[in-house]
Amino acid sequence: MRKILSLLAILTVGVVPLALNAMSNNTTDNIADFRKGELTNLVVQDCGSCHGLTMRGGLGPALLPENLDGRDPEDLVAIILDGTPGTPMPPWRPELSEQEVQWIVRLLQGGIPK
Amino acid sequence: MDRQAVARGHTEMSTSRTNVVQITVWKAVLIVGLMVIAVMTSQKINAAERGTGDMGIVIERAQGTVQIVETTGRSNLSTIEGLGDLSHASAVYSRDGRYAYIFGRDGGLTKIDILTSRIVNRVIQAGNSIGGAISQDGSMVAVSNYEPGGVRVFDSGTLELIADIPAVDADGVSSKVVGLVDAPDQRFVFSLYNSGEIWIADMSDRAVPKITKFTDVGQLPYDGLITGDGRYYLAGLFGEDGLAMLDLWNPEAGVRRVLDGYGRGEEPLPVYKMPHLEGWAKAGELLFLPAVGRHEVLVVDIRSWKEVARIPVYGQPVFVVARPDGRQVWVNFAHPLNDTVQVIDVPDKRVIKELKPGKAVLHMEFTPRGENVWISVRDVGEVQIYDTRTAELIGQLPADKPSGIFFTARANRIGL
Repeated sequence: MRKILSLLAILTVGVVPLALNAMSNNTTDNIADFRKGELTNLVVQDCGSCHGLTMRGGLGPALLPENLDGRDPEDLVAIILDGTPGTPMPPWRPELSEQEVQWIVRLLQGGIPK
Repeated sequence: MDRQAVARGHTEMSTSRTNVVQITVWKAVLIVGLMVIAVMTSQKINAAERGTGDMGIVIERAQGTVQIVETTGRSNLSTIEGLGDLSHASAVYSRDGRYAYIFGRDGGLTKIDILTSRIVNRVIQAGNSIGGAISQDGSMVAVSNYEPGGVRVFDSGTLELIADIPAVDADGVSSKVVGLVDAPDQRFVFSLYNSGEIWIADMSDRAVPKITKFTDVGQLPYDGLITGDGRYYLAGLFGEDGLAMLDLWNPEAGVRRVLDGYGRGEEPLPVYKMPHLEGWAKAGELLFLPAVGRHEVLVVDIRSWKEVARIPVYGQPVFVVARPDGRQVWVNFAHPLNDTVQVIDVPDKRVIKELKPGKAVLHMEFTPRGENVWISVRDVGEVQIYDTRTAELIGQLPADKPSGIFFTARANRIGL
C-alpha cells in the first residue's frame, strides 16, 4: 500500500508539470516545426527588408528585444495583423493567423536565435 | 632566380644518374620552382591581364559575402567575406571598373578590388544606411543614411570623409535619406523620407557643398531615380498616388507632380515590399514605373509627362527595368507573389512572357548589351541566367540567399 502511494506520489509529481507544460504549449502554440521555419524565414528575410536582417531597423523601426522591452505583446500583435495606417507597415492579416503572429511577437521579444 | 634554379635542376638531372637521392631532391626543386612560376603567372593574369567589362558582383545578403562573377563564361570567380549586414545592400563602381563600393545596412562602406578579390578598405560611416552613388568624375562616393539621417561624402580613393550633410528640415525634423543618385556637374540628388523634400548637393567645390532644397514635394518619398541622360530626377511617393519630378536642366521651375492620383481614389493593396526605382526603365521616350499597392506598371511619356498606359501585371511590381536596348521591360513582384517574373513588350505595352524562377525573386541585372539577364532567387539559393530573346533558362549559379546583382557596365552610366 505504501508502495502504491509513493508510486502515485511520484506519478503525480512527475506527470502534473508535464501536463501543465503540455497545456501551456497548447495555449501558446501548436504550430508545426516546418511552419515555424517558414515564419522565421519570413521575419528575417521579408520583415528584414524594412526592419533590417538583424532587426536593427531600416525604413521601419528596430525590432530587437531591447526595443520591444515593456511593450504589450497584444499591441504588437495588433500592429502586425492590422498594420499602421499612414506608414508603410502593411496589415499581415491576409497572410498570417493570429496564433502565428503571437508566435512571431514572442520570437522578436525573446530575440531571434542565430 | 627561380628560372635559374629550374635550369640548374634540369642539367643535374641529365648528368648525375647515379645518385638517386640527389635526383629526388632536384625533382622536388624543379616542381617547387615550376609551382612558384605558375603562381606568379596566374596572379599576373588575374591582376593585370584581364579586363573587368564582363565582371560583376552578387550580394549574398545573409552571410555578409559577395561573389565575384563573370558573364562571358557565366561563372563564379571568387567570394569575398566579412562585409557585415548586407540586407538591402547595393553597389557602385569606380570608373575604371576595378573597384566596387558596397553600401551595407549596418552603415558599412566597403571598397573591394574585383580583380584581386580582396577588401581594399572598409569604414563604418553611420549606424544604418540604405544606398549610395559615385560622383560624375569618380572622385567621390556619397552614402545615404537612415541613422543618423543624412548624406556623407567620401573620397573614393581613401574613403576619408569630405562632407557631412545632415537631413534636417526647417522645423528641425531629421529625415531618413532615400533615392540618392549622381547627377551631371558633380551633383548628388536625394530625397528626405520624413519631411518630403528633394535636395541637390553641388560638390563642384569639395570643401563647400552647395545645397539647394525643394520642400513639400509630397508625402513619404520612398526611392528616387534619375533618367539615363541625367536630366530628370523622380521620387516615388508612398503617402500619395504620384511622383515628384525635378528637371535638372531647369531647377528654377521647381518640383512638379507627375501621375497625380494614379490610383483614382481606389484603396491600395497592402504593400509587403517597397518598390524600387533604382533600375530606371526608360525605353525611348517612355518611362515604365511601378504602381504602389497595385498590380500595375504605369507608362509615362516624358515629353508630356502624361500617363499613356497602365499595364496589368501579376502582382505589385518591385523592380521595373528596361533591357539596355529598351525593347523589353522586365518586372518582378512583392511578397507573396515573388516567385514570378514578367516580360513586357515595349511597342505593344503588354505582357508577352511569364517566368517562374522560384520563391523570392529579388533582383534582375542585364548583361551590358542585354542578351542575358541574371536573376537572384533568394529562397531557391541560386542566380538564374536567362536568354532575353527566348526567355529560356541557360544557366544557374548557386548562391547563399542572393539579393542584388551589379555588373561593371554600371561604372559608365549616370545614376547607377
